[in-house]
Amino acid sequence: MRIRSPLERTPNQRDVNREKLSGLHGIYPAKGPRVKREDLFELAGRNLREAALRNSLTTLGIGVGVASLVALLSLGAGLQDLVGQRFNRSGLFNTLGVFSPRDMRSSETRSPDESARPAVLRPLDDSVRRDIAALPHVIEVYPEIRMQTDIGFAGHTLFSSVSALPPSARQSDAFENMHGKFFSGDEAPEVVVQTDFARELLEAQETPAPADADSPAPPSATPAATHAASPPIPGKASGAGTTIARTGPLTAPEAAQLLGKEILLRYAERQQPAAYMALGITPGITPGITPGITPGIASNAAPPAASAPAGAPAKRRRPGDGLSLEAPGFSVVRREQPLRIVGIIDTAPYAGLTGSSNSRVFIPVALAEKLRPVLPSSLRDLMQGTQTAQTTYQALVVRLSTPTYVPATQEAIRKIGFRTFSLLDATRQLRRVFAVLDIFLAIFGSVALIVASLGIVNTLVMSVLERRREIGILKALGASDGDVKRLFFAEAGAMGIAGGLLGVALGWLIGRGINFATGIYLARQDLPRESILLLPWWLGAGAIVFSIVVSLLSGLYPAARAAKLDPVQALRYE
Amino acid sequence: MQSPTSVNGLAIRAENLRRHYKMGEMLISAVDGVSLEVRAGEFIALLGSSGSGKSTLLNLIAGLDRPTSGNIFVNGRDLGAMTSEELARHRRETVGMVFQAFNLMPRMTLEENVELPLRLAEVSRSERAARVLEALERVGLTPRRRHRPSELSGGEQQRSALARALVNRPQILLADEPTGNLDSRNGNEIMRRISELNSQLGMTVVLVTHERALAERFAQRTVFLADGKILAADANSLAAGEDAEPARRES
Repeated sequence: MRIRSPLERTPNQRDVNREKLSGLHGIYPAKGPRVKREDLFELAGRNLREAALRNSLTTLGIGVGVASLVALLSLGAGLQDLVGQRFNRSGLFNTLGVFSPRDMRSSETRSPDESARPAVLRPLDDSVRRDIAALPHVIEVYPEIRMQTDIGFAGHTLFSSVSALPPSARQSDAFENMHGKFFSGDEAPEVVVQTDFARELLEAQETPAPADADSPAPPSATPAATHAASPPIPGKASGAGTTIARTGPLTAPEAAQLLGKEILLRYAERQQPAAYMALGITPGITPGITPGITPGIASNAAPPAASAPAGAPAKRRRPGDGLSLEAPGFSVVRREQPLRIVGIIDTAPYAGLTGSSNSRVFIPVALAEKLRPVLPSSLRDLMQGTQTAQTTYQALVVRLSTPTYVPATQEAIRKIGFRTFSLLDATRQLRRVFAVLDIFLAIFGSVALIVASLGIVNTLVMSVLERRREIGILKALGASDGDVKRLFFAEAGAMGIAGGLLGVALGWLIGRGINFATGIYLARQDLPRESILLLPWWLGAGAIVFSIVVSLLSGLYPAARAAKLDPVQALRYE
Repeated sequence: MQSPTSVNGLAIRAENLRRHYKMGEMLISAVDGVSLEVRAGEFIALLGSSGSGKSTLLNLIAGLDRPTSGNIFVNGRDLGAMTSEELARHRRETVGMVFQAFNLMPRMTLEENVELPLRLAEVSRSERAARVLEALERVGLTPRRRHRPSELSGGEQQRSALARALVNRPQILLADEPTGNLDSRNGNEIMRRISELNSQLGMTVVLVTHERALAERFAQRTVFLADGKILAADANSLAAGEDAEPARRES
């Protein structure tokens, strides 16, 4: 008996086995098995390699298209980051200012709800500050403190206004390339000065101190008076002390001369009179007094010289205030506070809403509060009769976690009874501008990709024509229309993936190149380096996905054409 | 109810089968009212000159083409009623094809060519290797399995094509002028192997040829075709053209 090969079966056996193999009786199922994905990609890869040059050029075309798209969108992203994110970091858009409504009464038109406000308004004091700090998404609330001071250094007296900075200011761009460092603590007796002022300090250091340096000029609120009291610095065109010998940032050795040195901050401290405090009168126990207004006797304990400007108006009543007692006052005492120079910065950070650009000296906000300087608001409160035992603020700055929460927080603060101000509308405009810019850049970038996609269509159509016979063979061997379609799709997709990866890499390189070139240019202009092009991960990933989608769309027509190919025609003997 | 296997021992049944092409204004009747029955395990030869419609008939049996009218049943299933997906499966599993032009993938090695139908049929990788070797062994080409078609002789190429046709273990082998591109020695060799498949494995074979000698030597039955019609069949014929004419001699 002859030995049977495994292929050998009697027809009946084979039929039975065939039945088992297909696992089906009767009609074939509508959907037969598909070519496995790995096989599909292997076949596609093989086909792509067979026309390596043509497919490489097509892929390169896609790559260039994707690269142009990536480069242009990176430019959009980079510019947006440059403008938007940096502004956000500077606190311009996630902060809002809180003012007492009366402060803005003159400058603003009355809103309809203003008449509904209580006749006596709550002062902008610590209780309000606590209320605002308790609102959601509020990171910090700090008073805007800016004061005119004299600064004693090396026997000279210099004039500057001093601004208080919150701890969050550390993130400001102004501190990016600073000499020294930021304040070591919230209440640290430390100071950061601006380059201009640092130069003045350096000049003062090099100039011998005048004989009367030990008795500096009395504190004054007017620059003219201060300058008059300052000893003139030789070699200057005027005694104004603001002439700068050189511009540009300070050199490291120059900065080293100042860092760690002490300056003397001379300011006017506001003191509550001891006698008034001793009365222990609080709003709660005084009949007829609106809460929030603490009555007291004006400035009895105040030193005569300093209290003179404040005391007189404080005694006057405002009609309709309903005060049965005289409005309180405060004493003004001249103080000196030694501060160590810890940092020197080129540009003023954003410290508040009324602007800190005029300030050249910065101290921590908690320290400024501790010093209790006389502020313009103190005098106003005195005149308006809203003077309380507690400190009132001219303005509070509220910093939120993101600009998103600005409108809601503004509304909440308005409900408490205060006016707010924010630059959010400006960001909204900015975002709109960038959205439009991005769309335009994407359109221009896409043009290259569209051209590249035509390249895919061309390559694949050529491939269909060239591979007519192969497609016919595949079909004769049992490939379905869907299999053939998927094969061409896989080829298009593979070119899309390769082109996308290549394009993102190219785009990244272009970005690096442009950033490098602009870096050199900016350095020549004495400006800090900036990333003009930014390639975030989502842009890279999106570009690859987009490239694949475009490639697959380009493959639609050739794949359909290949699938529709009549195998009889394709296999006709030529 | 149709059975997936042969009905009443019939592998193929054509009923008044027609296939018309439009060539410009002309209507060409490639297959014109053919009725034919082929038993399972039979070796039949379709004999005719070029343009007689024998290849078209073979393509209709293969499921590569669809009839214009009439019915074609393979294993009892109506190919005309099948979706293209079902037809693909029919080509993949029920029939194996051998062509005059070999139709091997030029850039694939021999074993890759033979593996191709298995890939399309989603056969697992491990099983594929064994089945490819088995098929190549059957045609005596195992030592040349890593060669490309261009490195093989015509006879070897046709043997590879035969291996590819039977690797999916089809019930029906359709051979379209398999010796057309071969010298007589190689032609005989391939015919001997096809005949072996029929006798040893019980494979139904439909051979299309214009060589009468070949048909008479190997086939159990010969059907003569001219102008898309069956002219006459030999003594064992189960079906014949309605207007049977004396068989035309092939040149």
